[in-house]
Amino acid sequence: MRPRLYWPITLAAAALVALLTYGVASVGPDTSLDESLRDGKRVEAPVKDLPRLGGEGTASLADHKGEVVVLNVWASWCGPCEAEMPLLQRTHERITKQGGMVLGIDAQEPAERGLKFVDEKGITFPNVRDNDREYIRKFGVSAYPETFLIDRTGKIAALTRGPITQEWLDEELAPLLEEKA
Amino acid sequence: MRVLLALVLVLGLTAAAEPQASLPDIEDEVMCVECRTALNVSTSPVADQERSFIREKIAQGLTKQEIKDALVDAYGPDVLATPEAKGFDLSAWLIPGALVAVFAAGVALLARRWRRAPAADPAPEAPELDPADARRLDADLAAFDR
Repeated sequence: MRPRLYWPITLAAAALVALLTYGVASVGPDTSLDESLRDGKRVEAPVKDLPRLGGEGTASLADHKGEVVVLNVWASWCGPCEAEMPLLQRTHERITKQGGMVLGIDAQEPAERGLKFVDEKGITFPNVRDNDREYIRKFGVSAYPETFLIDRTGKIAALTRGPITQEWLDEELAPLLEEKA
Repeated sequence: MRVLLALVLVLGLTAAAEPQASLPDIEDEVMCVECRTALNVSTSPVADQERSFIREKIAQGLTKQEIKDALVDAYGPDVLATPEAKGFDLSAWLIPGALVAVFAAGVALLARRWRRAPAADPAPEAPELDPADARRLDADLAAFDR
């Protein structure tokens, strides 16, 4: 190959490879939150106004500063989400008196499907919608369900990527409820 | 009156040109948001929910584009199989175009070079024949003609 053509072609090929690498790396879920929590560091929870499911206006984590929030990401078509709903509802009823609450995020489905699900399951905790996943991506959500415990100062204190259990709640949620704002 | 009739005819033809949306036609342009595969090959619960959503919209008489817009509204932009023309996804639209442009520029450059290249040198002339050889050749050719 002639030297005059060699460099432009090599540079173009390198740029394509770099773009491909960036694309592959940026598609994967963000695990920086998991790493911080593993190191014992709490992380400021992202805040965004999201439309209420089945209600007027918007809601956000900022509305619940001073409370311990169990932030649960779900979808009605997700079997494990459906399975953990009774535990979440019981938890919401139990922790309300202690300054805690469950806040659900219904992701990637029409609002009417989410509402039907909420009605069928007898869910009374508030829910918001994140249909384009823009908000939950900031939590590194890659599947459903995922649950995040937000302390009274608005920081993420614990998470579970998968269904929650009573043991996990006893271990992670109970100490948070004891903390003062 | 004629203008009015023509207008009605044109409007009628335009409406008739809008094809009726169908599930197979939309399924291959939509993704299953959970399994990240095309909807027409997905069998997960969310894929079934998406198909049911599309059927409802078809029954409501929505066009293909209206149904795709409704899908984006309900499931987010990830539901479309075609990448968005913004952010990193924009590269999916730009790079093929850029590659075609580079290829075309390369072909044009080569064509210009070939056109400018000097014509090949004419074949060198054969050396003059020795007079004795020339005479012998003439004699041989004359013998052939006989």
